[in-house]
Amino acid sequence: MDMPNNEVRNLRFDEYHSGEHLRNATKQAIERKYQDFLIVDVDAHHYESEHHREVFQYIESPVIKRMALESFNRGGRSSFLGGEVGYQDIGGRVTRHWLRKHEKTPATPHKDITTTLRWMDAMGVDYTCLFPTPMLFLGTHPQPEIESALAQAYNRWLCDRILAHEDRIISMLYLPFNDPEAAYKTVKEFGGKKGVVGFMVTAPRYKPVHDNAYMKTYRLLEEMNLPLSFHAAYTWGDQALKMTNRFIGVHALGFMWFNMIHMTNWVINGLPERFPKLKVMWIESGLTWAYSLMQRLDHSYLMRTSDCPSLKRKPSEYMREMYFSSQPMEVPDDPSILEATFKMINAETQLVWSSDYPHWDFDLPGVIYDLPFLSEKSKHNILGGNAARLFNLPLKPVKKIPNVD
Amino acid sequence: MAEIFVARADDMADGDRRIVRTNKGEIGVFRHKGAFHAYANRCVHSGGPACEGVLIPKVIELIAEDKTYQGQTFSEDEMHFVCPWHGYEYNIETGVFAGDSKLKLKKYQIVERSGDVYIVA
Repeated sequence: MDMPNNEVRNLRFDEYHSGEHLRNATKQAIERKYQDFLIVDVDAHHYESEHHREVFQYIESPVIKRMALESFNRGGRSSFLGGEVGYQDIGGRVTRHWLRKHEKTPATPHKDITTTLRWMDAMGVDYTCLFPTPMLFLGTHPQPEIESALAQAYNRWLCDRILAHEDRIISMLYLPFNDPEAAYKTVKEFGGKKGVVGFMVTAPRYKPVHDNAYMKTYRLLEEMNLPLSFHAAYTWGDQALKMTNRFIGVHALGFMWFNMIHMTNWVINGLPERFPKLKVMWIESGLTWAYSLMQRLDHSYLMRTSDCPSLKRKPSEYMREMYFSSQPMEVPDDPSILEATFKMINAETQLVWSSDYPHWDFDLPGVIYDLPFLSEKSKHNILGGNAARLFNLPLKPVKKIPNVD
Repeated sequence: MAEIFVARADDMADGDRRIVRTNKGEIGVFRHKGAFHAYANRCVHSGGPACEGVLIPKVIELIAEDKTYQGQTFSEDEMHFVCPWHGYEYNIETGVFAGDSKLKLKKYQIVERSGDVYIVA
């Protein structure tokens, strides 16, 4: 009988540490030698609603600011920003969603800097493009001026409190897309700020991307060489999605649905021809939607060129020049299916890895690194090189992977 | 293979668990309905700490004889433990993954002797 000094521990559900939660991910990072090359996460999140008291101080309109602060003081009984029906934590099964309130952080830097760096290092990430969480649903708010006010306040808060103080955290800032003039002013105001590497449109909304009102914003982004991204999400308020009765349904479809519509409008209205140097990225829809939509649009285009006279090439050829974030990456049992998808979207240069951490369906770098059909060079491109070129980031790894036994 | 001490049996009530760090990796030991079960603490999905999540019974759907849906409830027979990273659920008595019965966690033998609980790893 052997009685070695094996550590036996009890589980505790009254403490939490972002790095310790990802202890097994850190082991993977060490085993796979992530320290030796750059990893950029183009889509991760924090919970800006935990700092609404700070964020709301940045609201310019005194009337809206008062509404926001009063709403905050009344807590759950108020719905100033609305909300989205859902249960992302799978009824409490994804424990970090409810354990994270126990995480202890020092007084400085800002809590979101500390916790973000903890999970980045644990996972082996050098740079992270940070996005909000509840604001992903703000595009369906019935009052465009509320969306604009909060977008401006959040963007100012993020620049002041987070991006200005931490080089490894970057962001594509929220565009208040329901007010085209406000969207344009947002790019003007924040385009040159430290850590701002582009702008992001939350996909669930009902404004078509080809509306003439947006053209000056696209032109400005193109002139500033800043990418425009569309971050997927769902809304159970959508007429068609209302027919789904479980979160798995509204999530699986919703996260593709809105991006499929925006992509379709983007391409068939010839926006890639009007803005040939504008870099466009599609975030958090996985990859199968693009594989499918390329074939659907090409098939119809050949018979209906009169519907899209601006196009000089097949729709898929324009789509193949855009960028796609990887998460949530579908992993079919047969890897040749995924390999075909990678080929279809020209993954070697256009696919950019993302974690979506800390959300329920996050991916680790291993989803790319462990693929049997990729070369080392391709893995490095997808995990960091492509994003570094897109965001003009240094190629030298700066992560600090913690020691684990 | 070695026997590794986990706990005094009396110190683990039903529903308790221990995580044991060994040179084979971490192993989760559960006590459920009086019996002990031990599995590798590494999820078949992306390597998460599968044994460190919540315990929750399998969800079952109530379908009447006329095939109409009558709601959902928790199973009284099948307990799951859930990987806290993404929600992969495992049968606590078999270690079989609820989403695909071809997948299961590595199971370790339990030895009870003189009121002590050991795993063989």
